[in-house]
Amino acid sequence: MQAELPTDTRTESDRAADRVTGLDALELGPAKQKGALGRRIWRSAWPKLLAIAIVILGWQAVVWSQWKPEYVLPGPVTVFSELGSLTTDADFWDGVTLTMIRAITGFGLAVLIGTIVGAAVSRFAPLRAAIGSLITGLQTMPSIMWFPLAILLFQISESAIMFVVIIGAAPSVANGLISGIDYVPRTWLRVGQVLGMKGFAKYRHLILPASLPSFISGLKQGWAFSWRSLMAGELLVIVPGALSIGVRMQQARDLSEAELVISYIIVVLVIGILIDVLFNAADNALRKRWGLTGS
Amino acid sequence: MSILEATELRTDRDAVVRLDSVSKQYGSGSNALLALDKVSLTVAKGEFVCLLGASGCGKSTLLSLVAGLDEISGGTLDIGGRQVVADCTAAKQGPGRHDKSVAVSLMFQEAALFPWLSVAGNVELPMRLRGVSRTERKQRAQELLEVVRLKDFGHKRPHELSGGMRQRVALARSLAQNADILLMDEPFGALDAMTRDILHDELERVWREQELTILFVTHNVREAVRLGDRVILLSSRPGRVIEDFPITHERPRRIDSPEVSGQAAEITDRLRAEVARHAS
Repeated sequence: MQAELPTDTRTESDRAADRVTGLDALELGPAKQKGALGRRIWRSAWPKLLAIAIVILGWQAVVWSQWKPEYVLPGPVTVFSELGSLTTDADFWDGVTLTMIRAITGFGLAVLIGTIVGAAVSRFAPLRAAIGSLITGLQTMPSIMWFPLAILLFQISESAIMFVVIIGAAPSVANGLISGIDYVPRTWLRVGQVLGMKGFAKYRHLILPASLPSFISGLKQGWAFSWRSLMAGELLVIVPGALSIGVRMQQARDLSEAELVISYIIVVLVIGILIDVLFNAADNALRKRWGLTGS
Repeated sequence: MSILEATELRTDRDAVVRLDSVSKQYGSGSNALLALDKVSLTVAKGEFVCLLGASGCGKSTLLSLVAGLDEISGGTLDIGGRQVVADCTAAKQGPGRHDKSVAVSLMFQEAALFPWLSVAGNVELPMRLRGVSRTERKQRAQELLEVVRLKDFGHKRPHELSGGMRQRVALARSLAQNADILLMDEPFGALDAMTRDILHDELERVWREQELTILFVTHNVREAVRLGDRVILLSSRPGRVIEDFPITHERPRRIDSPEVSGQAAEITDRLRAEVARHAS
């Protein structure tokens, strides 16, 4: 019966193909519909806008209660008009640029150093025993504690600020990488073994990509630490001629310009939030690509 | 008598995997656990052999040994003419030292695809590691995806596929290793019955088309009878070969056919007796 009809066997193999494709189609289900872009933005934005509105309202309420005189605690209207004229001033943007250059340089160096240290620590067992816990200890150290030493080492200079920014951020970056490498799932490691991965190839094709999510959260935390250290540094270490955000804020305090001080607080907050949004976007994009999200 | 003759016939064929009194012990002293005890078996080229046993029979251990991921503690292991003998000096060479002329690949219950690569990227990976040129490996990956009927899914991410589809990608990845011997450790264990049924057909087809030798571990008796040329029953703690059942029903078989069910019942009885032995 099998031998007699070649056309029949072809149909059977066609039927087998149909069964497979049919099952695949059933298991995948219909493609998910995404809403319109505007709608999705609005849906994620309105809770945040509401939160901001509540904070501003609370602030205004405190001002109305006359807990402090207006020249010490100005209301939102005064501050926002101050902020408006500030942000149209080119000189202000020079300050922001200076601070951001410091932040990016410091963070960049911290990432470089943290990555090298993290890779070395996870690669060599003796090194890990020696400085593994030290790195975690460094992470908990308030960065402002480093400034007296930094000033002694580097005087009042950019280097003193960079030193503290790096020492604040590098441990987080290193730790992110180390824990990423430590927790590469066992099944992936076994696949690496089956595929004969060894030495550099194993790092290049398995360990490093697998530790990416943890590395990104290390970067995110490192950024937060470096930004904090930088702000502390700019208030404490005033390098002559460098009119950074911190210096301008200090000057505003000296002149008792409360609305200007609050404006700078808002500027620093907004920069911090914007960078955090960038890191979250990177994190979410990765999670989506890897299928780690709930859907 | 006929079984005896069949056995002799098989040994005449080109054996690609041969275990001769292979033992595997974990730990030493009073904590020692004997996982495999003097297991001898041969797998001929192009044969589909199923290993069957209850928990603790060392099925997965046996596959790790054949894959070269683990060291044998006693006996001789011969893979495609390359001998591995248990002794201290051999142990120093570490795993994965099998002759490259016979490639061995191992598949698990989880597809374990890498999420940072696309489906095609996962299939390309073994070739990338071998230094195959970009255009060549892209083309080969596409061919292999066609073999497992996933040619339109190369650009997808692994998590976008169903469990059964992911296992087929893992199969394509194993084929990309140019594996002659495919070791499968309960590869369909996590799938639903319908998917498993269809994947049995698919695996059988790929096995024949690609002229593979398959050593397939399962605890599902019908699955073993459905797929195997032979079903080898192992005892538990320690693992020993109890019986070697030749499966002679004509292919293609169906898992619910009376022949498969009948033989499965016979093997199940044997397995139940073995499990009962551990009651005391």
